[in-house]
Amino acid sequence: MSRISNQQVKHVANLARLAITEEETEMFTKQLDAIITFAEQLNELDTENVEPTYHVLDMKNVLREDKSKQGLSLEEVLKNAPEHQDGQIKVPSIMGKED
Amino acid sequence: MSLFDYKVSDLHELLHKKELKVSDLVEESYKRIGQVEDKVQAFLTLDEERARQSAKALDEKLNTDAAKGLLFGMPIGLKDNLVTKGLRTTCASKILENFDPIYDATVVQKLQQAETVTIGKLNMDEFAMGSSNENSHFQTTRNPWNLETVPGGSSGGSAASVAAGEVLFSLGSDTGGSIRQPASFCGVVGLKPTYGRVSRFGLVAFASSLDQIGPITRTVEDNAYLLQAISGLDPMDSTSANVDVPNFASALTGDVKGLKIAVPKEYLGEGVSESVRQSVLDALKVLEGLGAVWEEVSLPHSKYALAAYYLLSSSEASANLARFDGVRYGYRSKDAETLIDLYKNSRSEGFGDEVKRRIMLGTFALSSGYYDAYYKKAQQVRTLIKQDFENIFAKYDVIVGPTTPTPAFKIGENIEDPLTMYANDILTIPLNLAGLPGISVPCGFDGGLPLGLQIIGKYFDEATIYRTAHAFEQATDYHKQKPGL
Repeated sequence: MSRISNQQVKHVANLARLAITEEETEMFTKQLDAIITFAEQLNELDTENVEPTYHVLDMKNVLREDKSKQGLSLEEVLKNAPEHQDGQIKVPSIMGKED
Repeated sequence: MSLFDYKVSDLHELLHKKELKVSDLVEESYKRIGQVEDKVQAFLTLDEERARQSAKALDEKLNTDAAKGLLFGMPIGLKDNLVTKGLRTTCASKILENFDPIYDATVVQKLQQAETVTIGKLNMDEFAMGSSNENSHFQTTRNPWNLETVPGGSSGGSAASVAAGEVLFSLGSDTGGSIRQPASFCGVVGLKPTYGRVSRFGLVAFASSLDQIGPITRTVEDNAYLLQAISGLDPMDSTSANVDVPNFASALTGDVKGLKIAVPKEYLGEGVSESVRQSVLDALKVLEGLGAVWEEVSLPHSKYALAAYYLLSSSEASANLARFDGVRYGYRSKDAETLIDLYKNSRSEGFGDEVKRRIMLGTFALSSGYYDAYYKKAQQVRTLIKQDFENIFAKYDVIVGPTTPTPAFKIGENIEDPLTMYANDILTIPLNLAGLPGISVPCGFDGGLPLGLQIIGKYFDEATIYRTAHAFEQATDYHKQKPGL
């Protein structure tokens, strides 16, 4: 039985902000299904009372003094921006058009 | 004979005695690149002008009494996911094709303090996702030992450039084996340090809880020197560890008498080729001859590491790569009327298939309704894998096995099947999940292709890894072989 459907792949692609074609949907459905099926071997293990490891070292929060310091210059910030105008990064309209 | 057949300590001596100039070393790099780069294709960007300027300045300093460290003037290559101010950094992705960083990674700053000379930026699998360098948007680096085979990945350019004699040494990064596997395939020495040993600031993040930067070199001694230069706590990386950095080179005593070696039976079992198995058994004999003792042990959860790794690394990647949206930097699609379309089209046109596949897998594993079944389950399995190692290290000093199940494979052989490609990292991945350090050192050949011995150590005990690897290296001559390019 297939674990992942075309519909799920399209939903996940939307969450990940990826536009995928029908052909890619087919390909990713097949491949992700194989990977997820493979990953389900983890269910052989009883992990009922096992704590998850989010971090391998025993670390505590690292704090620093709340002191301001020099940030990046406007020129540096805009250096790699694909489009900018009047010292601001330019993007298409944010409101409207979206369905 | 190439200048890069000398060790760092020998070159340092020659510089000190004025028998060699930094410019000689830098010209050696570019001369060799001129000879073999069209075959190897290890570099994405060369930094010739700045390297020559820097060599000139260092040669002037050579004539003064100013202090010069051991790495002074040594030519180095950097994996192209380490950001370098004013030097294009692409992660081998179309989405960063023209990215010009505005700061240097901490390791790059440390190399500047050590006064190395950066020769250029090295090819890799896109965003470090891959085991063959075939996922680079720009080119496929070739294995210098056989141009029809892959150099491994993701730090394929870093390993191939050292094996080909284009640079003295290089830096790579390792998330699931990306330093050790290409080092093994290319017959060089590659170390993944303990998680937290080296600052990740300025390493473009793939999976933040697994990524580490590490050195790729011709010899174990050079590896120890390079790690020394890049290690240490960094206020810019809150996951860098506040632990002492020992003098790694002082561990290279050649003495492994009484060293207790564990050999996991799972690392020599199914899927591991006969030549690889035999090379490890031969290596154990060498170590035994030097006075070490070894016993077979079990790491029972090894077989689950691959599945746990792909869920966790892809989940972290899906979050880390959300920053590439076509707004502040990187590739922007010409074809977008709304902001959402701008995100979607820029990412779809900018990322390659493997990167998209992993972002999708990670987004799925983290999505509502699946989080506990996949992401949390994988983190629990990670605990079991870590405990396996802790149990062994309560009784043994190092764990030894192969780095990869087979020697380098042919270009194109595994590219259609992600799961077969992923299986390449089955022996290196468990260390990343546990955060442990490991090295690959040359230990044999199969059909003219190098094989690698993996030596795994306790947390922050790179010194014992180096001591073992060095003793083995000095007792064998695999590291002296060179590809006939």
